[in-house]
Amino acid sequence: MSEKVRVSIESDGDLIKARAAARELALQLGFSRTDATLIATAVSEVGRNIVVHVGKGELTMRSLHESSRYGLEVVAEDRGVGIRDIQAALDEGYAGRGGLGLGLPGARRLMDEFHLESDPDRGTKVAMTKWRVRDELERLRARRRLRS
Amino acid sequence: MSSRSSSAEDVESRVDDSLLRELVSLLRDRRTELREEWVHRITDADLLNVMTPEEIFGEVTAVYDNYVDVLETGSVETLRAYARDLSERIIPRGVETDEVLGIVLLLRDVLARALFVHYVRDGELLNSIFNAYEPAANRIAVTVSVSFVEERERVIREQQEAIRELSTPVLQVRNQLLILPIIGVLDAERARQLTEQLLGAIQSSRAKVVVIDITGVGTIDQAVANHIFQAVEAAQLMGASAIITGLSAKIAQTIVELGVDLSMLTTAGDLQGGLEEAERILGLGATDAP
Amino acid sequence: MSGPVSILSRGDYLIASIQGDLSDAEVVEFRDDVAERLGSHDARGVVVEVAALDVIDSFVARALRSIAVTARLRGAETVIAGIQPEVAIAMVHFKLDLAPLRTALDLDDALELLQRSLYARANE
Repeated sequence: MSEKVRVSIESDGDLIKARAAARELALQLGFSRTDATLIATAVSEVGRNIVVHVGKGELTMRSLHESSRYGLEVVAEDRGVGIRDIQAALDEGYAGRGGLGLGLPGARRLMDEFHLESDPDRGTKVAMTKWRVRDELERLRARRRLRS
Repeated sequence: MSSRSSSAEDVESRVDDSLLRELVSLLRDRRTELREEWVHRITDADLLNVMTPEEIFGEVTAVYDNYVDVLETGSVETLRAYARDLSERIIPRGVETDEVLGIVLLLRDVLARALFVHYVRDGELLNSIFNAYEPAANRIAVTVSVSFVEERERVIREQQEAIRELSTPVLQVRNQLLILPIIGVLDAERARQLTEQLLGAIQSSRAKVVVIDITGVGTIDQAVANHIFQAVEAAQLMGASAIITGLSAKIAQTIVELGVDLSMLTTAGDLQGGLEEAERILGLGATDAP
Repeated sequence: MSGPVSILSRGDYLIASIQGDLSDAEVVEFRDDVAERLGSHDARGVVVEVAALDVIDSFVARALRSIAVTARLRGAETVIAGIQPEVAIAMVHFKLDLAPLRTALDLDDALELLQRSLYARANE
């Protein structure tokens, strides 16, 4: 039962859609409003990178299910020329083109897991996940389902 | 979905529809007697024994009519609304899950028998009638049970939330002033809850100053210190200033050794001092974010 | 003015409200419109009201700071009002520092804050 939402990123107007979709999916998965906001903010940052630096890309958001926790994974991909200096981009205070910085350190702080791959041939891919622990009731229900 | 041509499906569903309508109108015409039959079955099975006969009769009237309506429309939304309505009415009376499912199944049986008796002479028609009736009736039974269980879980969740709130109280001392005493272990999860409660309280009570007392906090390491700072910063973003109290000399030293900048915080030795500082700030007309 | 925003004058103050999620282009336009109105109205203070924002990210934060700097250059004070609890938490996690911007719970508190601080300045 995996939910998946894809948002194509081609203009900054698409970021509005992306933020809303992220928040919506997070709430549906039972994340708190705070966590849903954290996720939407991280999505906004990585989505903006695509708009500003490449012009076109894709955001895929997908729910993850494990025995003791739920997750929301966000993957932001583009086929641009890649980030020249990944280490610097992940550093606080990196200003980058236009002084905007890449918002990546911030996004990383907002999420629980964060992976970045980038090279000139394949473009850039940011994968980040936020987890939430299943509460008592959900664990009971899962156990019931396994038994029946 | 199926390999039959669409026109065959159309014909079949049109036949189903008209049959459904026919059996629904039959069930409506005979509602008084069938309702009574149903109540007999309920009391015979000793279900709903927390309710008086009058109460049972009151409930079954609405439930019967809604059941037949849902049979007719079959819409998922109406189904869920019906099930929710039923749960909300029945749960406060102390009715159990098996009873709710039990009475719905009894109604299904009563109506099925009535249909059988009415159409028994025409075997093929009887078959078609049941082909129309069974899936509709079973959908109702399943939806009602699931909805009932979900409703109970919702209540349990609310209770869990209430318990959690009680265990971490944000106290309104007087107008525009809140106290948050933190006691025990402050891990990431608890810090998150605490911060949410604090900010919610700032919003609802329009507080200008919050006094956060950490006398009762267990160990204070970098992580705990960060949680406290984050709560303070978030409160400031909402226009409130924060005073930390209960910072013993020992803890202050630990924090400094951790490389944390204490000058960013407003502190006071004890709660009394903190409240006095808060009064002073409020007297001056409250917050200037640093 | 495009997007769900409104900029009103109220005596000596400007009240600039963001009423829904904005695209980056709309944020920039909002920032520029506020700057222009500050100039033409000789306002002494501006309240930027953000209660309708579910997300305040680095771009919006930068625009808010920019408004405050412009306002300061024209002799006006800025207060950001109405940051929602979840948004405040996200900003803190993100380390989105709004300093030295002043913040208030809502429009009323913001106006009161401006009033008091302008009064204090006048009496220095």
